[in-house]
Amino acid sequence: MEFFVAQILTGLANASSLFLVACGLSLIFGVTRIVNFAHGSLYMLGAYIGLTLMEALPGHFGFWGSILLAGIAVGLIGVVIEMLVLRPVYRAPELFQLVATFGVILVIQDLALLIWGPEDQLGPRAPGLRGVFRIMGEPIPKYDIVLLIITPFIALALWWMMTRTRLGVLVRAATQDREMVGALGVNQAWLFTGVFALGSALAGLGGALQLPKGGADLLMDFTILTPVFVVVVIGGMGSLPGAYLAAIIISVLNVFGVTYIPQSTLVLMFIVMIVVLMIRPYGLFGREEVAGEHGQVGEPEEPIKPASAKVRAIVAAGLAMLALLPLYGGNFALVLTTDILIFCLFAASLHFLLGLGGMVSFGHAAYYGGGAYVAALLVTWTETPMELAFLLAPLGAGLIAIVVGWVCLRLTGVYFAMLTLAFAQLLWSLVWQWQEVTGGDDGQVNIWPADWLNDNTVYFYFALIFSVGGILTLRHLAHSPFGYALRAARDSKRQAEATGIDTRRVQLLAFTFAGFMGGLAGALFVFSKGSVFPNELEIVRSFDALIVVFLGGVKTLAGGVVGAGFFKGVEDVLTRFEYWRLVMGLLIIFVVVVAPEGIVGSLRRAWRRFGPGHSQADTATEERRT
Amino acid sequence: MLEVEGVNSFYGKAHVLRDLSFEAPRGHVVALLGRNGAGKSTTMKSIMQLVRPASGRIVFQGTDIVGLPAHKVAKMGLGYVPEDRRVFTDLTVSENLLVGRQPPRDGAPTWTEDMLFDLFPNLAERRGNRGKALSGGEQQMLTIARTLMGNPSFILLDEPSEGVAPVIVEQMAQVIAQLKSEGLTVLLSEQNLHFAQAVADLVVIIESGVQVYHGTLADLQAHPEIRDAYLAA
Repeated sequence: MEFFVAQILTGLANASSLFLVACGLSLIFGVTRIVNFAHGSLYMLGAYIGLTLMEALPGHFGFWGSILLAGIAVGLIGVVIEMLVLRPVYRAPELFQLVATFGVILVIQDLALLIWGPEDQLGPRAPGLRGVFRIMGEPIPKYDIVLLIITPFIALALWWMMTRTRLGVLVRAATQDREMVGALGVNQAWLFTGVFALGSALAGLGGALQLPKGGADLLMDFTILTPVFVVVVIGGMGSLPGAYLAAIIISVLNVFGVTYIPQSTLVLMFIVMIVVLMIRPYGLFGREEVAGEHGQVGEPEEPIKPASAKVRAIVAAGLAMLALLPLYGGNFALVLTTDILIFCLFAASLHFLLGLGGMVSFGHAAYYGGGAYVAALLVTWTETPMELAFLLAPLGAGLIAIVVGWVCLRLTGVYFAMLTLAFAQLLWSLVWQWQEVTGGDDGQVNIWPADWLNDNTVYFYFALIFSVGGILTLRHLAHSPFGYALRAARDSKRQAEATGIDTRRVQLLAFTFAGFMGGLAGALFVFSKGSVFPNELEIVRSFDALIVVFLGGVKTLAGGVVGAGFFKGVEDVLTRFEYWRLVMGLLIIFVVVVAPEGIVGSLRRAWRRFGPGHSQADTATEERRT
Repeated sequence: MLEVEGVNSFYGKAHVLRDLSFEAPRGHVVALLGRNGAGKSTTMKSIMQLVRPASGRIVFQGTDIVGLPAHKVAKMGLGYVPEDRRVFTDLTVSENLLVGRQPPRDGAPTWTEDMLFDLFPNLAERRGNRGKALSGGEQQMLTIARTLMGNPSFILLDEPSEGVAPVIVEQMAQVIAQLKSEGLTVLLSEQNLHFAQAVADLVVIIESGVQVYHGTLADLQAHPEIRDAYLAA
């Protein structure tokens, strides 16, 4: 019993930072509709800044003052990010801003490395709170007790602000209909900046507040991101009490998990999330997200046209160039191009899901990594011949996709995205923690292709055939009746159903097929490298694919492929430099700001604007956009 | 007070307003009439800059407001009551009013929450209720009250009588008359003449985004053939 109480108290103390960070994320999403992937980075900055301040400012006042100042400093950093990076892209198609926030993650990672160095930093103890309190005989760190006492007060203060002040009322009104708030004379730009600053400050505060418990390191941005997403989704997007309750549930669960089933702490969190969402699809206190609500911006879709003869000729020429690569390219060019081809297929499979299906998956790495692991495990454990393992891998990935899709498709929009992320993380943590079977962190090695393929040139052709074949199949599907049904379900679910399309079935099929193709890319990957590690299943890999699809352009068929080629090529050049993340991040942000419709979309727009056949309606559309 | 001059507006590639021109002089109630789909709501949104006109001028109190952000247009004293109401359903009646609150303005009546509750007694009883708990008529009153909290000198009412009970429509007419007597200028859109007849001084009729009639209410009443040609019964 004593132990039980002690566990709960520790859990409550741990909930503190999680709640603050989740709250900030939720607030920002509510008003700006931006899922701020960089929120973990702001949390990390809060920790580092707090640490630096604490070294400079001694004593009680210094310690608590540093925490507050760290929050304010991160709030100001949030203002800079909002004004420089996000403001130019608010009117871009929905979710495009994700890419910008991912650029911010990369920039902050390298800046933190530059300023604070690579070593993990221990947080200072809070002055006067060094020891433990004995509660029912169990030692509880004094700082934990202080945390669990002040957190409800912070929560209350936030709640008061949201319900009793005009600012809070405006925030809630803007969450529902920001255009109307603007028409009533409220400057949305400043409201957005203010909310972003507040959300950032909360993240910074969370980072600084956990210093005596956890210190600061360069991985904490992603470490916190997953539980924060989980908390926000369980609590319900935009709900303060929900975030508080969910933070407590997750933290307490985690403490118990560590004690009783240490092998499955990560898995546990996602299982809870999945169960909650099965029962309450919009979280404990969430409100249903209605797509296309007031205040959502988005230009009407351009219909997708089959490629013209000219485009076909260009593509054919490009393919011929590729096919002849072994004649003029060196070994390095072959390996790099193989990587790019595989990544193009992976991106194209996500693009199919996202662009044509309108299903934004944050966890597409599950099928890519899943395919790679299916192949690797078959080879390792059953000594399956490579050719067979290669064919079974996409089937395995497709099977995973059926299950995940079946559960996730109950939801739409950001909840769907979060749930797909949760499943991907679930798979990742399974692979990570089930060491006996998967090798855990050590991955699977010695997964080489069959002898006849064990040559860079031959494997290049192998990858070329399957990648291009896969991409062309996806493209062909877009122009098939199935593709029409899929787009109909994306654009107007109800109307599609009224015309006799079983939208859920169509979407599940598309989800499965995208998973299958992702698995094919994963299988190509594992045999080209001879090994696979859990990072192929990580959030970062899913984000890579998302970035590529958005950078290329969601609404154009070529978007995924063009983006993947661009991204991989640039990445290959940049990773040779020490601070490549900084440069890559800035480059991503630059592309996002300059080309808010993606590379292909923006090129097309430029052609329409300056090329022939320019009309008054086009000008009107252009001007409204700017 | 408000002059619309040669405005063209688009939705995507659809040309909705075509060289639309009319004016609303200070202190008058102007009814913007036309059939469903004639472009009335687009006109309202174009004035408010929620739809940005591709060409033309919209001059409010001597300033061309085309291209300004909507919140600046509102700050100049233009109040907008949308057709679909757009009440903040998760907020209480009082909170909805708080969103609309703006500082007092020279040359426009100043409203307080209590004065608006006098004007709309039904809302007073429901001040603590959430927007989603209100009836259609109450929501309509709330949107008008919310806009009045901004102390506008000019108010755009987009089909205020649509979908509300006849008794409320009558009440709405009284409110508009009162607003006029307080010195407000009103631009009111309607599909038919019934409601407009009770309150309007001037009438603008549009058809497919083109202005087809501009005159006094009395003139229009003298020419029933115009009404029959362009308006629903």
